[in-house]
Amino acid sequence: MSPKTLYDKIWDAHVADETDDGTCLLYIDRHLVHEVTSPQAFEGLRMSGRKVRAPDKTIAVPDHNVPTTPDRVNGIENEQSRIQVEALDKNARDFGIHYYPVNDIRQGIVHIVGPEQGWTLPGMTVVCGDSHTATHGAFGSLAHGIGTSEVEHVLATQTLIQKKSKNMKVEITGKLSPGVTAKDITLSVIGHTGTAGGTGYVIEYCGEAIRDLSMEGRMTVCNMAIEGGARAGLIAPDQKTYDYVMGRPHAPKGAQWEAALAWWKTLYSDDDAHWDEVITIAAEDIAPVVTWGTSPEDVLPITANVPAPSDFEGGKVEAVERALDYMDLTPGTPLTEVEIDTVFIGSCTNGRIEDLRAAAGILKGRKIKQGMRAMIVPGSGLVRAQAEEEGLAKIFLDAGFEWRLAGCSMCLAMNPDQLEPGERCAATSNRNFEGRQGRGGRTHLVSPIMAAAAAITGKLTDVREMMNADAGQ
Amino acid sequence: MEKFTKITGVAAPMPLINIDTDMIIPKLFLKTIKRSGLGVNLFDEMRYDDDRNERPDFVLNKPAYRQTEILVAGDNFGCGSSREHAPWAIKDFGIRCVISTSFADIFFNNCFKNGILPIVMPKEVVDVLLKDAEKGENARMSVDLEAQTVTTSDGEVFRFEVDSFKKHCLLEGLDDIGQTMNKIAAIDVFEAKAKVERPWV
Repeated sequence: MSPKTLYDKIWDAHVADETDDGTCLLYIDRHLVHEVTSPQAFEGLRMSGRKVRAPDKTIAVPDHNVPTTPDRVNGIENEQSRIQVEALDKNARDFGIHYYPVNDIRQGIVHIVGPEQGWTLPGMTVVCGDSHTATHGAFGSLAHGIGTSEVEHVLATQTLIQKKSKNMKVEITGKLSPGVTAKDITLSVIGHTGTAGGTGYVIEYCGEAIRDLSMEGRMTVCNMAIEGGARAGLIAPDQKTYDYVMGRPHAPKGAQWEAALAWWKTLYSDDDAHWDEVITIAAEDIAPVVTWGTSPEDVLPITANVPAPSDFEGGKVEAVERALDYMDLTPGTPLTEVEIDTVFIGSCTNGRIEDLRAAAGILKGRKIKQGMRAMIVPGSGLVRAQAEEEGLAKIFLDAGFEWRLAGCSMCLAMNPDQLEPGERCAATSNRNFEGRQGRGGRTHLVSPIMAAAAAITGKLTDVREMMNADAGQ
Repeated sequence: MEKFTKITGVAAPMPLINIDTDMIIPKLFLKTIKRSGLGVNLFDEMRYDDDRNERPDFVLNKPAYRQTEILVAGDNFGCGSSREHAPWAIKDFGIRCVISTSFADIFFNNCFKNGILPIVMPKEVVDVLLKDAEKGENARMSVDLEAQTVTTSDGEVFRFEVDSFKKHCLLEGLDDIGQTMNKIAAIDVFEAKAKVERPWV
């Protein structure tokens, strides 16, 4: 048998039909659904009299629209948001799919709930009407976002019409330095490849620095594969993966666990597999990074200065002029002098328990800068409960952060958590596009510890200095 | 789905690179439970000022480009989210074809599901087409899917590549689900086999 990549193996195990031109029907093992990209798909099913083919493989949770303030138990004030969430309630009921409603403690961001509940398993195909579905690739599953027409297609047929992507290997060699996190890895890779660098590829992340990451960190890395343009990002499963999955509500048990484990252990790229593209980055060359522009590729180490349009070529020159104008930044300004007024810690990129622990490690015994608006939005109700049990919530509240209920919140600002025009935010989310966190709002993407440090100083900050101070150096 | 065969119409230039889905249709318009009516909010933040007045310097607000049917755009058009509201808004505005050097994967696929043809052309061709589009309403470009050609207002012809299955679907206006339903037996067979091989799924 010819050598295969991990992607090749998962792909081959899911092809239900293939035509001569290579167009395949790819069978889908898990379909995650949220309220924003699904109503038109369910409506399509109704209009054509179709059912959900595999309701037991379909899991829905409202996350994009839901308020994160405690008063949400009394209902959603915004009429359009309420209608969308109510539509999901009804669709889940009518079509008999698994559902975690707004006030269920298991509710949260769909990409956090899936792994947490054991829906996401190695070797699976996972789709969702959301680009950050790439997150689930951390388990060695093939996971990617789809549009609403494809949501309807999967609901009706449990398959997707697909052509195979190319294979890209991104290897992060060696060990990360203190203060450098999974978020810095994934942003640095995008800075290296550009936001279109991954177009047409599925990326497998590998190397010592990736193996050393926890499952939470691996989810952060894969989450932003889409920001690099890739269809999906994945990481081969290992003992950490099995340990994370074992015992979760929907993970296999008993003899099925053993059978699953035996298959999962075959899920790795063969030594002599063919790669269409290989990128190697040394972990020691990765610093804590921050974005300065309006594209996730606009990444620099925190120690750098704001670049000038003349530092770039081609169409990027105009894009950088526009970005600097939008971001109100002057070339040559040290990034550590950029003042911020808002901090957002959360999202499917960095809203898991490990992210909260890391932020708490910086915030413990400190206060946020006066006038700073800072919020922590856990990725799920269970993450929130765990953080409260571990005493993290108290650290956040004592530091001056707001401690919210679970949801997508200010990552895309579809709910009331938004930036006002001209406000500047250090955010642990995944996109710094114009208007992403609110019309006219300015976003700097950072890791949770960098966000925590910025909340204290009121400026983009090199968290390593704070860590050194803590260590008494 | 509406068929796409051949169109001749006004082409608008948007040379900015990395035009993302938040620019194409901002999140506040994703709260709809319908597919229609999004054209008025296409490129909303670029198109309207804070008081909801049209920005006169934005290309689609200029008299020559109000009837735009073809968009010639900078690299990596449609990057960002999976929101199909982006092609819905484009289509609702009246645009049937977008030409760029590259597209984000999900946006590219979403176009084909909605009767929109995204065309990938080399940089030097996109530059020629951008120049042509700058001529305003006098520059009526033609796109012929059957022949796989784009013809400028000067009669210069460029050939493009398109996936044969996607081309077939657009030309015939075929609905994906209907076609897959014809292969339901293959899905049944796969499902039965998978249930034995991977019963934990």
